[in-house]
Amino acid sequence: MRRNIPLAVTFVVGMLLIVSVFLPPIETIGEDFGVFFSIIAVFAFFLGGGNLIKVHFGKIMKKSNDWEFSLVTVVGFFAMLIIGLFKIGAPGDISTSVTAEGSYFQEMFVYLINPLQSTMYALLAFFVASASYRAFRAKNREATILLVAAFIILLGRTPLGMMLTGWIPESFSIFQVPNLAVWIMNSPNLAGQRAIMIGISLGVVAMSLRLILGIERTYLGGDDKG
Amino acid sequence: MRIKYSFLLALFLLLIPFSALIFGQDGAAASGETESADSLALTLPAPVTNLKAINTPNDHGHSFTVTWDISADDGGGLKNVLFYRVMRSDNPDSSFKQRGENKLPRGASTYQDNGSKRKESDDFSADFTDFYYRIDAITIDSNVFSSSGIYGPVQSKGEWYNTGRTPVLVAVIIFLILTMIFVALAKKGADLYIRPLAGIEAVDDAIGRATEMGKPILYILGLGGADQIATIASFTILSRVAKQVAEYQTKLIVPCYDPIVMTVAQDIVKSSFMDAGRVDDYKEESVYFVTQSQFAYVAAVNGTMLRELPATNMYMGKFYAESLILAETGALAGSIQISGTDEIAQIPFFVVACDYTLIGEELYAASAYLGKEPILLGSLKGQDMAKAAIIVLMIIGVVTANIGGETLENFRELFKVIN
Repeated sequence: MRRNIPLAVTFVVGMLLIVSVFLPPIETIGEDFGVFFSIIAVFAFFLGGGNLIKVHFGKIMKKSNDWEFSLVTVVGFFAMLIIGLFKIGAPGDISTSVTAEGSYFQEMFVYLINPLQSTMYALLAFFVASASYRAFRAKNREATILLVAAFIILLGRTPLGMMLTGWIPESFSIFQVPNLAVWIMNSPNLAGQRAIMIGISLGVVAMSLRLILGIERTYLGGDDKG
Repeated sequence: MRIKYSFLLALFLLLIPFSALIFGQDGAAASGETESADSLALTLPAPVTNLKAINTPNDHGHSFTVTWDISADDGGGLKNVLFYRVMRSDNPDSSFKQRGENKLPRGASTYQDNGSKRKESDDFSADFTDFYYRIDAITIDSNVFSSSGIYGPVQSKGEWYNTGRTPVLVAVIIFLILTMIFVALAKKGADLYIRPLAGIEAVDDAIGRATEMGKPILYILGLGGADQIATIASFTILSRVAKQVAEYQTKLIVPCYDPIVMTVAQDIVKSSFMDAGRVDDYKEESVYFVTQSQFAYVAAVNGTMLRELPATNMYMGKFYAESLILAETGALAGSIQISGTDEIAQIPFFVVACDYTLIGEELYAASAYLGKEPILLGSLKGQDMAKAAIIVLMIIGVVTANIGGETLENFRELFKVIN
């Protein structure tokens, strides 16, 4: 029973949504189901906040490893919650938007969270460099092809590429590095991407059918218990 | 003194012609502008011709498709048409109102007039009711326009079936039949060959390695919501991994980006521990919510990687810009890394930074591979056959597109999907 009801719901809703693609009178039913999802999502926010507090309070109480980080998390959570709920520093009365200019919530967002997020994002540049170093070592034939392709594209996207190969006559312009870079991106690269996309689309259909028909039921837990 | 006055007088007399020239030029310029503006404002453009309105096919009704030939003064002739306005009324003689909030730019020759199907809406457009259309070709001055002749009456109506999507329906039915055939064959015990995937085969070894090292396994479900197919595929893999983890009594850490995903993941892990007969080992805090801020999530997970030093990191689901930051940090921490995503832009990053990567569809197939259940493998075989059929059709499509001919063109039309 624990598994049959979810399987029945999945089957009915799944079939209804498939059929709705072909029947115009019910084609917007997917959007209507989306509203239910949004309602559930609202409650899930409380679940998320509750879980965060529970896990980190537990760590602080038990003085687990690195409990200091949990303390920072809990303090940060309540600071933002209280400042946001009571709109501390916001101009005007309680009806003012929490993100109004001058409110402490907005200030903390702009001067604390945004720079921290930007810092994390900026780290990507260093990781790209280290990953490229590893990927572009010509260890074998495939890696060498990758290295050559990457070199052409890097060169083709800079003025240096045109400077070095601009002398090649117009009739052989495909061999100018910028044109070669465009060809690599538009032909072999795009062909590969499209092949993956077709595979993904088929995989989505197959996965959906497995779920709707109840063939795939591992997400419900258990193997044979009805 | 007299000389000084004479000099000033001469200077004044000299300036008069120049000043007349300057002011005269200004005046001429001003009058020229007026004349130009007047000529634009006063000249009526040619009206649009060949106006037609039909009920939009293959929809739920309440919609018309309006087409026309552009004005002769749109792009040619006087070149004074800047906009078009679609006007509609239920009376051919009066009360025409503009459809849509904005005018259409010059060059436009079609408009889909979608009314609301809700009676309480101001924009309600009743089916089986006569409507009349008119198109106004508008100049720079919105008060100066030419109206076309009135077209109508025309009625909208809904259809029960969208004929434009028939090829999709046929494809889904064929796919369904193929899946059912191979599932039935698998049930009868047929030996179905599925090509091995290195990333899947590495999962067992990775869990074993974590057990031997006494270190945890970090499982990341990505940034997708619970309604996304990649996340659902990730749930199915988590279920298999959690069961094995429970059997080996290894520690599992699942930091979640989405509260709904966390709730589902908690239930899945708990069920897997129950199936393994080790429900007492299940710790609710092993599956926890972190944050819904992308880079704050990355910071938290990276911190966990560097503090806990997991033996194995698994990234399965939807990933965006954070993929490389996570995977590179994991590589620095010395973990074995297995990833899988259907985000094409992130696949290269995972390929570079992880030991094994499930590319696109392999993510969806992973659960079937891990379970090795005949029915699931049968569904994979059906998928492979559908892929083979698509390859054959693509080759035929390329050949027919290059050879040409009416018969071959009709063949290609069979696959045309109209939304």
